[in-house]
Amino acid sequence: MVNQKKQGLQTIIFEEPPVLTAWATIVGPKEGEGPWRSDFDWIMEDYEFGESSWEKAESKLLRETVKLAVSKKNYQPEDIELLVSGDLLNQITSSSFAARELQIPFLGMYGACSTMAEALLTAAMAIDGGYFERVVAAVSSHHYSAERQFRFPTEQGVQRSMSSQWTVTGAGAVVLEKGIYGGPRLTCATIGKIIDLGQKDANDLGSAMAPAAADTIKTHLSDTNRPSDYYDLIVTGDLGKVGSALLKQLFIKNGVVPEPNYSDCGVLMFNDNQDVHAGGSGCGCSASMLCGPLLKKMVQGKIERLLLVATGALMSPTTSFQGESIPGIAHAVALENP
Amino acid sequence: MNTSADQIKKIEAQEYEDLVSQTKPKPTLLKNCIWAFVIGGLICTLGQVILNYFIGQGLTKLDAGSATSVVLIFLAALFTGLGWYDVLGKHAGAGSIVPITGFANAIVASAMEFKREGYVFGVGARIFTVAGPTLVFGFAVSILIGLIKVVFS
Amino acid sequence: MSSLVTAFLVGGALCLIGQLVMDLTKPAITPGHILVGYISIGALLSGLGLYQPLVDLAGAGATVPLSGFGHTLTQGTLKAVEESGLLGAISGGVEASAAGITAAILFGYVAAVLFDPKG
Repeated sequence: MVNQKKQGLQTIIFEEPPVLTAWATIVGPKEGEGPWRSDFDWIMEDYEFGESSWEKAESKLLRETVKLAVSKKNYQPEDIELLVSGDLLNQITSSSFAARELQIPFLGMYGACSTMAEALLTAAMAIDGGYFERVVAAVSSHHYSAERQFRFPTEQGVQRSMSSQWTVTGAGAVVLEKGIYGGPRLTCATIGKIIDLGQKDANDLGSAMAPAAADTIKTHLSDTNRPSDYYDLIVTGDLGKVGSALLKQLFIKNGVVPEPNYSDCGVLMFNDNQDVHAGGSGCGCSASMLCGPLLKKMVQGKIERLLLVATGALMSPTTSFQGESIPGIAHAVALENP
Repeated sequence: MNTSADQIKKIEAQEYEDLVSQTKPKPTLLKNCIWAFVIGGLICTLGQVILNYFIGQGLTKLDAGSATSVVLIFLAALFTGLGWYDVLGKHAGAGSIVPITGFANAIVASAMEFKREGYVFGVGARIFTVAGPTLVFGFAVSILIGLIKVVFS
Repeated sequence: MSSLVTAFLVGGALCLIGQLVMDLTKPAITPGHILVGYISIGALLSGLGLYQPLVDLAGAGATVPLSGFGHTLTQGTLKAVEESGLLGAISGGVEASAAGITAAILFGYVAAVLFDPKG
């Protein structure tokens, strides 16, 4: 018997592609000063968001984003059958504490900054597998909660390296439903392998993740027999300026022709004068770009076919101290207008 | 079989490393150095002004030095608390790390950051995150030198 | 006046070396490593008798950088060894640097109680 739902090595095809029926994104103040201000649903006035710690602020950010996405379809949280969610903090507490309030059956995901794609494809499998009809995929990241966990205390006077990226404060939530509605559909997804070419610099995650993105994109195109210009836009999650420059060179090396129309959420997120060095990063980077400008452009018909390749660097401060290199991963989800 | 696969992997990693080092932006060395020199120099000049004042007040050179450290540490703690020292550090780099004010900043920043985890195991424990290693190595070297002196005298 | 100029030049130069170390070596060098390096090298140079001339020349330019703190530790230790031998090797460093260490911990704690991190 031929497996109809899997094609090639790593790609899953959805028979009845789930539809993205509603989405929302809330971002931090700095992200709100960037080029996409009008495309975000809501911009936080400050990083505390009315809470007493960065972690609480992040959990509230995620919770409010899910509520906002759900309310756009006039649903209540209890109308949602499954929440697939993740974030960057230890034990993904932002997600589980948000789920505690929302009281939606909950699956936690950790894929570092690749979590948005991981959550979307898991949600889509749950729907196309016939188990659920209405699932929310959501992620969050918060600059200061990530900074204190992965790098330095926020008040310490340190100089950031030129290749370092700025963790985006932002959350994105997408409501996926069994395909009876119009709207962008999640047609197929490629689950990435971990690629580690020995990069160790925790201040340069773009370089560590670029080979994983290159591998996943190449595998996706060959699994689906699609030319690279099949997509109006291939967008990676958060390679930043350094990583996306590397990926372009890897495209050439891997023979990905014609050169795809390619961009990166980390590069797009901020203006050059915002002093973020190599661009944005974090789960919230690809999530808020997707749930803000990118899906808006799909609805407007400016983008018909989008391949989101969210990238993650799966290290921890402990493994970095122990001298381990950084394992990179990338998952691709294809979004297509009907 | 395994060794050749390992070798291929090694070569691949090396090739990629070369690509990365070509692509990676270099630190703005000249600008960083000027900032470090000027800010570091100014902090030391401020130290000298305070030192001269205490010596003028009749303190011994040794006591005046200690008092200067205390004043600088106080100023650094205050500036860190107000959220200014990290802004300075972003530009000054080593210029605001190397002086004793940088030591104080590292202590205060670590302590403040973990206030939300409580005053005992948050502030109390984390205050030594950077101060601890610094003092350990400082003590170790000085004790070693002291022991050498004990042995050879 | 000239004491201020030498303090500026020598202090600035010591910081410049730190910047070169951070920018030209591997990226894993954090401010913590710089502080550890300066205090250790300062203590060592002081033991070799090489740091005192710099202090004589530059005053605060040599004592304010953390290498000066290492110098204080070593000089305290050496002085205490002369007075009380082996016990001095252990107690001398802390005695000489007590004001700085205690001030840092006290002000650090007070600042943490009074202020919240702003990010």
